[in-house]
Formats: sequence, structure tokens, C-alpha cells
Amino acid sequence: MTPAQNPRGDRNRPARTALAPLPGRWDLSVRAFRCWLVMYRRTWRSSIWSSVFGPLFYLGAMGYGLGSLVDRHGTAPLGGVPYPVFVAPAVLAVQAMNSGLSNAMFPVFGGIHWNKIYIAARATMLRPADIYRGHLLFITMRITMNSACFVVVMAAFGLIRSWWAVLLLPASVLLGVAFAAPSAAWAVTLRVQTPMSYVFRFGSVPLMLFSGTFFPVSQLPGWLRPIAYATPLWHGAALCRSLSLGTVTAGSAAIHIGYLAAMAAVGLWLGNRSYYRKLYV
Amino acid sequence: MPGARGLRLIERHARFYRRMWLVVASGAAEPLFYLASVGIGIGALIGTVAWDGHQVPYREFVAPGLLAVSALNGALNDSTFNVYGRLKFEKLYDSVLATPLGARDVAASEIGWAVLRGLLYSVPFLVVMAALGLIASPWALLALPGAALVSFATAAAGVALTTYMKSWQDFEYVMLVSVPLFLFSGTFYPLSVYPHVIGVIVEWTPLYQGVVILRDLVLGAPSWDLLWRAAYLVVVGLIGLGVAGRRIAKLLLV
Repeated sequence: MTPAQNPRGDRNRPARTALAPLPGRWDLSVRAFRCWLVMYRRTWRSSIWSSVFGPLFYLGAMGYGLGSLVDRHGTAPLGGVPYPVFVAPAVLAVQAMNSGLSNAMFPVFGGIHWNKIYIAARATMLRPADIYRGHLLFITMRITMNSACFVVVMAAFGLIRSWWAVLLLPASVLLGVAFAAPSAAWAVTLRVQTPMSYVFRFGSVPLMLFSGTFFPVSQLPGWLRPIAYATPLWHGAALCRSLSLGTVTAGSAAIHIGYLAAMAAVGLWLGNRSYYRKLYV
Repeated sequence: MPGARGLRLIERHARFYRRMWLVVASGAAEPLFYLASVGIGIGALIGTVAWDGHQVPYREFVAPGLLAVSALNGALNDSTFNVYGRLKFEKLYDSVLATPLGARDVAASEIGWAVLRGLLYSVPFLVVMAALGLIASPWALLALPGAALVSFATAAAGVALTTYMKSWQDFEYVMLVSVPLFLFSGTFYPLSVYPHVIGVIVEWTPLYQGVVILRDLVLGAPSWDLLWRAAYLVVVGLIGLGVAGRRIAKLLLV
């Protein structure tokens, strides 16, 4: 080797041109994503019940069953729309949240403790951030699929009142990712699984029940309302409802989207850090 | 007495779960959240519901339904997921059968433990109902054995069906059954909401019978009908108990 071959002119250093360049960061993330896709292609049948039929059951029982009692009493507190029309976009938001949470908690924890897929991925050229982004891509795909099914059902049952509803899908996916990104960032750090059960029991269930989903926040006692308005699910449900009913305004939409996007961005930043700490070798 | 030895296994579970009592106890919170949200939030949108010929406030109507759900949920989680884990992964019953306990003792004690866990959820719920003034009659005292009966029927059916499960994926079917049961068994609204045919189908679900028993007791209009409904739950439970014992014996090659 002659010194002229080395661009930095250092005689003792061999040239590095012989090595193939590393694939780009998105290449590697897509590889991690495809691993989840392969697994999903074998097990999608069993997940269809909870992801597709579950929200439909809630829509049937809450929207139509309970709704028949609500509508009899008067729909003024709902803004004058029938109860199924009022509740359907909120059920969409709830299922987006639940898809995000349930895909980002136990599977992430399992990636380290049960099927150890993260440990296996760590032995390849994938970096922690690639593992994180690849898994989030897969979770985003699942949220999109579930939300799309539900939006189609909403349209088929005539529960959509406006053309703005074409934006329901991106809105609910944003909501789901806003929950999934920080949840995965946290779940990867856990040593035992019980804290995740607490998140579902004391986090997602109360959120689902009190965030202006099944009844307007104005029905809550005064001291609880500011808390409800501060929750991410309220922003997601309010955004979906305004799109579905066509009552959307630029100002409120900007606040809702900004809140959820900020939550997703903070989650991504945290996830890059926590995956690095846990998985970097 | 057959199954009496199973008390030992119940004692084992009590000792085992003593270390994680908070996880177990916190499960009682979910029906209370539902009571607050559906009873008070949605209740204000509904006002009153026709029941037994007169109007009752919606929160009084829905509370006994959610009591039945808490009894069902407590018993169902333990008798399905946990029994499957002990059967396939912890191999707990293999070691139990090396003692004087038999397969029937295992079935009886697993069902007994699940009933205890159901009571762990339904007793606090009943106390909260009383504190919120949602109990209309002293007959509500009988709601406690009523809730235990719902737990018994659920747990026995749960253990029996779990012995047929082949993988964790099969548990999606548990959700497929329990979520519609929870939502459609007359818990949240009277059967009159449904078309007649669906109403007849719903009447055959065990949870619906449990809901009617508890609602009639709590709202203070018990009739002799309740004995038939209770008998139905007892039969479901006994069939489950018999099947569970036989299946566990078969699976573990006793």
C-alpha cells in the first residue's frame, strides 16, 4: 500500500475503502420492521378478534344499546347529534390508544424477557435505535389497519357527518403513535411485568371512561374537568369527533395535533435513549 | 368429603399471592371506574330507566349489573389464564398429584380459589354501592352469595374450557366470549332495547341470569323466579366442575 492511497496522508493507517458501507438508518429500521411482519403473518388470525371485533362490540353496546336510552332522554348535552354519531369517533380514538399501548408494552417487554427477539436483533448489525424504529413502524402499521377497519364501519353505518372524516385515519394513527412511542420507551426498561398491568388498570381504563369519550366532559364535576382536558385521549377524541361531525376549526385542530405530535416526538427521543441504554453492546 | 383436600391447594395460592396482593387487589378498581363513568357520567344523559313497572335512576339500575361483572371478571381471569399457566408451564398440578390430592381436588380447589378472587372484587364493590346509596333494600345482603354464585358458574366453565386450550392464542376466544357477555348481557340496559329474537338468546347467557338475580335483590323485588335462575347457574357450575375434574385427570394421565 502506498501512502498516496490514504486520503488523510497518514502512512501507518490502512485505507478503509475495502469495507462495504453500512446500510442507511432507514434500511436497517425496515429490516427490523420486516421481522415483525414475518411473525405477524403467522399469527394475525388470533389478533383479529381483539383488534377488529372488540371495538365493534363497544360500538354496538354503547352506541346503539345504551344510545337508545340516551336518545330517549334528549341529545342536547351531546350537541344535538344521536348518541351513536357522538360516540363512534371516540371509540375510534380509544381503540387507537389501546392498539398503540397493547402493541408497545407486552411485546416490547417480551422482546427482552420472553421471546428475546431484541436480544437476537442486538447480535446483528441493527443498532438499538433501528430496533426501536422498526418496532414502532410495525406498531404504526397495526394501528393503521385497526383504525381503517373501524372508519370503514363508521362510514357503512352512516355515523360520519362530514368530508373532513377522510382525515380520521391519520388523526387516529397520530394518537396511537403518541401513546406507543413513550410506552415502548418505558417498557424496554422494565425488569418485571407488573407495572404494565397497572398502566392498563389505572391508566388506559380511566382514560377511556372519563376523557370525554362516552359522555361530554361537561358532565364531570368541575374540579375533574381541567384534568380531563389535559389528557392526550381527550385531545385525540376531540380531534376525531370534530373531523367526523365536521365541526373542526383550525385553532382547535392545531392545538390537538400539536399536543399529540409533541407527545410522539418526546416519546421518540426517550425511546432512542432508553433503547440505547438497554441494548447497546 | 370429595375435594376437601383441595383446601391445601387454596392455601398454597393464598401464600403464593400474598407477595403480590397489590396486583390482585387492584383488579377491584376497574368495575368501580365503570360505575363512576357509566353510572354517573352516562347516567346523567339517560335519567331514569323503566324497571319492574316503575322508573329507577340509571345509576341504581346499572350498579348491580356491574356487580355481576366484577364477580365474573375476578373469577374468569384466574380460572383461565392462571390455570393454563399452572397446567402447561409451571407444571404445578404434576407436583400436586404426587401428593394425596387427586385431579378432582385440583378442579374443586381451582374453582374455589377463583370464587374467592371473585369475592375479593365483588365485596368492595358492594360496599361502595352501599356508600353511594345505590342499595334500595335489605335483600341486598343476599347479593353477596348471589355474586359468589356468578363467580362459581364462571370459574367452573372457565377451568373446564381452559383444559381444552392448546396455546396462548386460544385465549383470544376467552376475550371473544367475555367482552360480548360483559357488554350485551343486560348489564347496561334492559332487554327491551333488543329485537325479540336477540333478547331470547341473551336470556340464556349465565351472566344475564346473574345480572337479574343481583338486580332484583339490590333493588328489592325478589320473587320465586330467582330460585330457578340460581338453579341454572348451579347446574352450569356443577357441569363445569365435573368436566374440569375429568379433563385434568385425562391431561395429567392419572
